[in-house]
Amino acid sequence: MDSIFLQILNGLDKGGAYALIALGLTLVFGTLGVVNFAHGAIFMLGSFCAVTTQNLLTYSKKVKDESITYFEAFKEVPYLEIWWGDTGSFIIDYKVPFSILLAIPVMLLIGLAMERGLIRHFYNRPHADQILVTFGLAIVIQEIVKSIYGANPIPVPAPAIVAGSASIGSWIGLGESVVYPWWRLIYLANALVVISAVFSFLKFTTYGMVVRAGMQDRETVGLLGIDIQRRFTVVFGMASVVVGIAGVMYTPILSPDYHMGMDFLVLSFVVVVVGGMGSLEGAVVAGFMLGVLQSFAAMNEIKSIFPGIDQIIVYLVAVIILLTRPRGLMGRKGVMED
Amino acid sequence: MNDQKKLARDWSRRQILKASATGAVLAASSSPMFFVKDAWAANFRNNPGNSSSVTLGFNVPQTGAYSDEGADELRAYKLAVQHLNGEGDGGMLNTMTPKSLTGNGILGKKVKFVTGDTQTKSDAARASAKRMIEKDGVLMVTGGSSSGVAIAVQGLCQENGIIFMAGLTHSNDTTGKDKKRYGFRHFFNAYMSGAALGPVLEKEYGNERKAYHLTADYTWGWTQEESMRKFTEALGWQTSKAVKTPVGAGDFSQYITPVLNSGADVLVLNHYGKDMINSLTQAVQFGLRDKQVNGKNFEIVVPLFSRLMAQGAGSNIKGILGSTNWNWSLQDAGSQAFVKSFGQAYGFPPSMAAHTCYVQTLLYANACEMAGTFNPPEVIKSLEGFSFDGMGNGPTEYRASDHQCFKNVLVVRGNMNPSSQFDLLDVVQEVPRSQVEYDPAIFGGKLGPYTV
Repeated sequence: MDSIFLQILNGLDKGGAYALIALGLTLVFGTLGVVNFAHGAIFMLGSFCAVTTQNLLTYSKKVKDESITYFEAFKEVPYLEIWWGDTGSFIIDYKVPFSILLAIPVMLLIGLAMERGLIRHFYNRPHADQILVTFGLAIVIQEIVKSIYGANPIPVPAPAIVAGSASIGSWIGLGESVVYPWWRLIYLANALVVISAVFSFLKFTTYGMVVRAGMQDRETVGLLGIDIQRRFTVVFGMASVVVGIAGVMYTPILSPDYHMGMDFLVLSFVVVVVGGMGSLEGAVVAGFMLGVLQSFAAMNEIKSIFPGIDQIIVYLVAVIILLTRPRGLMGRKGVMED
Repeated sequence: MNDQKKLARDWSRRQILKASATGAVLAASSSPMFFVKDAWAANFRNNPGNSSSVTLGFNVPQTGAYSDEGADELRAYKLAVQHLNGEGDGGMLNTMTPKSLTGNGILGKKVKFVTGDTQTKSDAARASAKRMIEKDGVLMVTGGSSSGVAIAVQGLCQENGIIFMAGLTHSNDTTGKDKKRYGFRHFFNAYMSGAALGPVLEKEYGNERKAYHLTADYTWGWTQEESMRKFTEALGWQTSKAVKTPVGAGDFSQYITPVLNSGADVLVLNHYGKDMINSLTQAVQFGLRDKQVNGKNFEIVVPLFSRLMAQGAGSNIKGILGSTNWNWSLQDAGSQAFVKSFGQAYGFPPSMAAHTCYVQTLLYANACEMAGTFNPPEVIKSLEGFSFDGMGNGPTEYRASDHQCFKNVLVVRGNMNPSSQFDLLDVVQEVPRSQVEYDPAIFGGKLGPYTV
């Protein structure tokens, strides 16, 4: 029971990441009709906003390291600690929450620049061209990040106060031994808040209503005198912010490296396909569903019956869905069915 | 008598003279024109002949997950080439014994190099090595940061008659079932890690423990788990469960949660590189290090440590036991000379990957000098059974039967109070070579022929 409960939490946590990335992918596909393979790279850029914030906050004075005698070496003491002592250390400790403040404008700008500078030239080109150009863009972004930050993962720990585990078992009567990391609970809560915010924006604001109308029938909305293209550009920026926040919040769970976007990209595409191309609800439901299935498949009891199932479960589900319901779980009839 | 008459009838005097002259010419042309050691052995692949230089191939991951290690390896190779050519402060050339190198290149020829990118992928590494051998005419290939890559390139080199001096590869298979006559490994292996760690684990954690293994699902992970289980079970530890995890899984939470209620009180992470950084970080986040199981503190063991990995894992590495091939903090003259050269050139100390690559280059060059030729079979014979010192890790021997180096192994612990940003690993014990030696027959495999 304990392990099933923990695996559900793991699945929801993982699913939160999948859902956030897939949500952005679906938004872009639904509005602009572009299959954006650079979306994973934007997720990675979000996590590197956290790394950059960490680097800025820990910008240091180089002090000669007397402990090394073979050659001239220096150790680094952050200026914030030199100037403000404990307050400086406190600010450095809270780098991940602070980095969200940096990530929102930066990711918005990156999204707008990407859409205006490159992707808009490919709206009327075949999907294959879009895939090639966005995939190429992803590789370029990766290599730039690698040349600046190196290839190794860079640890960006959560604030010390939430670095440990919560005795979640004692809250719900499962016993003290059932614990779950605080930061993963925060991540799950954050994913739910962001997803709700995106849906609320699209559902309850006039701007969102126009965007939804544009997704249904772009030409008619245009005929009504609305510059739907500009709104779609903003949606692209918004999708970048959503996935950027997902990247920032994921850094204490997975130390960022230049390749992490690619690791998530394929899975996220599977999520979008399973959920139904262009279906926002489908992306969220499929994200959580595949996350939970992946976690259950990794249980020793399941693996003893189906060895290696944990490594293929997501793709197995995708194959079954595509064979039995090509439009995906919540896709519109007629979309991507031929 | 009749026969002699018949022979005399068949051969005229003129014919005999002609035949004698032809025989003399043939004999003269096929005899050596100069009488020096190995003058016969001139016909081998990429023979530099009368060229004033020789080229070595440094095949390292310049892109991909291990590119930081690859970059450090490349720094070490460049330093080795400088030292071989008599430039810089000489590094370990000043401490190596016995030594035939003079700082005048190799056999009087200036050392040049070409580089390749393995991308930490076997097919890319083989393609790169093939290009070096066929296009660049390298005499020796070296490098790598993965056992899968090392084994693949080693096989290619054997087929091509080119010596392969392996870089960072820790799988037992490299000098075990997949060993090759043309392949040599200075780095230690998974078996030696287990043999070195076993007694330290017993001393630190006792002999009534239940271990849970998470293992990277490829050649290195399998041999690492096998070796750790062998040595911990010999102590009396039980293996609660051993679970294979996909390489590059990223999020290991679904593999870590079953550990919480498994009854195990030790988690052995048979992971390396990015996988190790992620699995260790996440295991600590799940509170494993704060846990008490079976009345004991829960412990995590990482059998293969490196300083570059320790940097990635941050403070999570503190207090965790593991093993390493070499650490820059060693106080022997060879290690100090190398750290000084490297530190002065680059501003930071070398990694263990850099150390093994530097040493391998010097050892190859020295073997050529000893053999007096670049002819691979002769160089191989010089390396086989070669005993040396002054290159870190104390007296070392290249065992002839499997081409595995035997030397002291370091058991290390993540430093609780680092005195500098590089001071991440604390050497707990320098385990003597005798404790990690084994019978080569246990892993099988055949070296293959000297000539290909």
